[in-house]
Amino acid sequence: MATLTVNGTQRRFDGDPEMPLLWYLRDEIGLTGTKFGCGVAQCGACTVHVNGQAVFACVTPMAAVEGGEVRTIEGLSPDGAHPVQAAWRELNVAQCGYCQTGQIMQAAALLAANPSPSDADIDGAMSGNLCRCGTYPRIRAAIKRAAGAAKGGRS
Amino acid sequence: MPAPDSTSGPAIANVSRRGFLAGTAVFVLASGLPPSALAQEKEKAFGADAMPNGWRDDPTLFVAIAADGTVTVTCHRQEMGQGVRTSIAMLVADEMEADWAKIRVVQAHGDEERFGNQDTDGSRSLRHFHMPMRRVGATARTMLEQAAAAQWGVPAAEVRAENHRILHQASGRSLGYGDLAKAAAALPVPDRAAVRLKDPKAFRYIGKEDVGLVDNADITTGKAVYGIDVRLDGMLYAVVARPPVFGGKVRRHDAAAALKVPGVVKVVTIDPPEGPAEFEPLGGIAVVARNSWAAIKGREALQVEWDDGPNAGYSSAAYRDALTEAARKPAKVVREQGDLAGAMGKAAKRVEAEYYIPHLAQAPMEPPAAVARVQGGKAEIWACVQAPQVTRLRLAKRLGLQPEAVRVNVTLLGGGFGRKSKPDFVLEAGLLSRAMDGAPVKLFWTREDDLRHGYYHAVSVERLEAGLDRDGRPIAWLHRSASPTIGSIFAPDPKHLLPFELGMGLTNAPLAIPNFRVENPEAPAHVRIGWYRSVANIQHAFAIQSFIAELAHAAGRDPKDYLLEVIGPPRVVEPTELGDVWNHGEDPKRYPIDTGRLRKVVETAAQGIGWGRQLPKGSGLGIAAHYSFVTYVAVAAEVAVDARGRVTIPRVDIAVDCGPRINPERVRSQMEGSVVMGVGQALTAEISFDKGRTVQENFDGYVLARMDTAPREIRVHQIAWDDPAMPLGGVGEPGLPPVVPAITNAIFAATGKRIRRLPVGDQLRA
Repeated sequence: MATLTVNGTQRRFDGDPEMPLLWYLRDEIGLTGTKFGCGVAQCGACTVHVNGQAVFACVTPMAAVEGGEVRTIEGLSPDGAHPVQAAWRELNVAQCGYCQTGQIMQAAALLAANPSPSDADIDGAMSGNLCRCGTYPRIRAAIKRAAGAAKGGRS
Repeated sequence: MPAPDSTSGPAIANVSRRGFLAGTAVFVLASGLPPSALAQEKEKAFGADAMPNGWRDDPTLFVAIAADGTVTVTCHRQEMGQGVRTSIAMLVADEMEADWAKIRVVQAHGDEERFGNQDTDGSRSLRHFHMPMRRVGATARTMLEQAAAAQWGVPAAEVRAENHRILHQASGRSLGYGDLAKAAAALPVPDRAAVRLKDPKAFRYIGKEDVGLVDNADITTGKAVYGIDVRLDGMLYAVVARPPVFGGKVRRHDAAAALKVPGVVKVVTIDPPEGPAEFEPLGGIAVVARNSWAAIKGREALQVEWDDGPNAGYSSAAYRDALTEAARKPAKVVREQGDLAGAMGKAAKRVEAEYYIPHLAQAPMEPPAAVARVQGGKAEIWACVQAPQVTRLRLAKRLGLQPEAVRVNVTLLGGGFGRKSKPDFVLEAGLLSRAMDGAPVKLFWTREDDLRHGYYHAVSVERLEAGLDRDGRPIAWLHRSASPTIGSIFAPDPKHLLPFELGMGLTNAPLAIPNFRVENPEAPAHVRIGWYRSVANIQHAFAIQSFIAELAHAAGRDPKDYLLEVIGPPRVVEPTELGDVWNHGEDPKRYPIDTGRLRKVVETAAQGIGWGRQLPKGSGLGIAAHYSFVTYVAVAAEVAVDARGRVTIPRVDIAVDCGPRINPERVRSQMEGSVVMGVGQALTAEISFDKGRTVQENFDGYVLARMDTAPREIRVHQIAWDDPAMPLGGVGEPGLPPVVPAITNAIFAATGKRIRRLPVGDQLRA
């Protein structure tokens, strides 16, 4: 039996403790915004936050999130107005969109830790998240835009 | 709703009149138009007229107006990142004079008799449907105008539409679209000839960048539903253990351990196809479970002994040698001009080169996935498919149902790139739901499944020989392209390329070289060969554009100037003169090859990157151009190669001429994406085989471009055309082919090392 919090809601899970968090989110509680892309931590489509850190849910067993706080794309903001989400829309970052929830969660974690990332910081944080459509230039621009918006909001 | 025909007058006017009275109605406009009447009059059909089930421009099929003014546009082309749901809505909304904020888009199910052709590939959606969709919008607007004029008792000519209202200037009256929906829906659909299209100068959305993507909100909040996201009550989850070698079979299997995995419900055998692969499942053993994880664990526990079959010896290294040998001998001539042997004999200098392009996997981020519910003689599917009608027909056949008993609901596609043109995975889902007595089953492929069991881009050896005159100009050109054909999935062992593959930049290369021969050696297929974004243009562009740069070097000339010289002076060439009878399915009179436009994109890309500027040691510029999907693209790349042989690409300029643009913002995004995809193909991406099995099994082996390897800067230059009568070119695919040779040409400029084998990999390692 595992207990965890998902997007602020207390949850209990009594299935296989080896089940990756990804499949728990998608199959057991219907949060399909977290995507399956590789299953081996090579693409980042499954990126979620556990205790505020970006992790790949496909290789995170349920046993490892016991007592943890999980945040998925569905819980990033109540109305989709997180600066990263807004920047993604303003720049029309998405093509097919499948990887973008993982990209957004990774970018949100980056900006939470580093409000003014350099290009090298962006390379370092985002290179685990694959996009087959090739939206990287716009992801980079959107992260910078979100960083600027967050700073503007604070000043 | 009965099929509209020209004699029966207005057809059913709305889908929910009772609902309207309750205040929640959605009206569908009435129709009286014959579908594709114009198409039937043509002798030889081209474009959309030549596609199965053609096109429709009947607004009753595509537009519904609710009482609150919401306009729902039905998109019959599949969304896989190219932005078609937004672009189709822009066309309809603009001609309708609709307020973009009141536009909603819904996805059509697979039904080509109703909607016209839905097979979303070949960069055809806007090329084939922009005019029908403009007429859909214009016809709907005309009916709203007529409804308002009737209500006011004034001539229709006195009213006009403006931003979701009909106005009567003389009396100052106006009515909103929601207010007019019911009356408009009761009118007969006006004759096509009587519908006035907008003056392009008045476009609100077409050709502009002001509207965002219709799926932006859902995508950025995780609400967007892809095939793998569909959930039904009581749904089971399944994966399949497939033969590791194409053509293999299950010899025997033991499911006992798999059935002991908690959550596993059943183990089901799927039969392999008897004949050619087509779009049939590969066969194997399926594990059906209560969740995805249990299905995966159950499959790991299966004991299967395989009979590897006739392709067990397939090895990429040996196959490359075989293709190379074939390309060194005379072969089937597929284009011939002038006197090749005579010109080669007179040449002052001869140059030859062989290029190797490996198999590639489309690897859309969303792997193949489908949900099926097959019960009571009916099948319902929810899936990420590019070709929903093909899916419907194939599934009906495999399940022994009538097509009318199969409904295919199309989700968003998490990438397609040609993989999802093949509905083999949907057939797997259908067979499994039937085996589970009609319980809904979600069948999904893991990434390993996707890379091991794909429809791969064809591996290729391209051999080129040229003779140069004393001034370094090419006077003789021989190109042998040895590559297994996509036709191999449909027929037993064909060994030559089909006309559509030859017409992808091979026979129709518009080069000003008087003595020109193209040959196509035999090449058997040992895996499933399938469409991959840009298809055979990839290898043809890589070889031809690399070779032109090699000739420039041999002649001691600037590669850009030499490329322009080989393209020759601006002229209009009929594709049939080049031996291309296919021409991307388009009328050669309407879509000839214009070398002036090809020259223009070369010059634009060169200017964009600052061709000729001085660069530090280890850096270089490269350029390449290619005409495909009736669009002209050139790419100029800047690369830097460090002392360890590591390549970085600081900047790429890509110039595109696709004729008039509907959605320039999505043209830009498709060019950006093409550049990034090309970077992966140039530097790292390869699928190779050993003992019939793929060497690469996931993204650690099949290495694609990432944030840190993609170009830091991509600049897209779009050639603007004001003439809306000019035919449209494709956008989704033509950006890709010239990217790879532009990069490898730049590597040559930076290092002096000519890349003839893709990917670059460790070839530059010091």
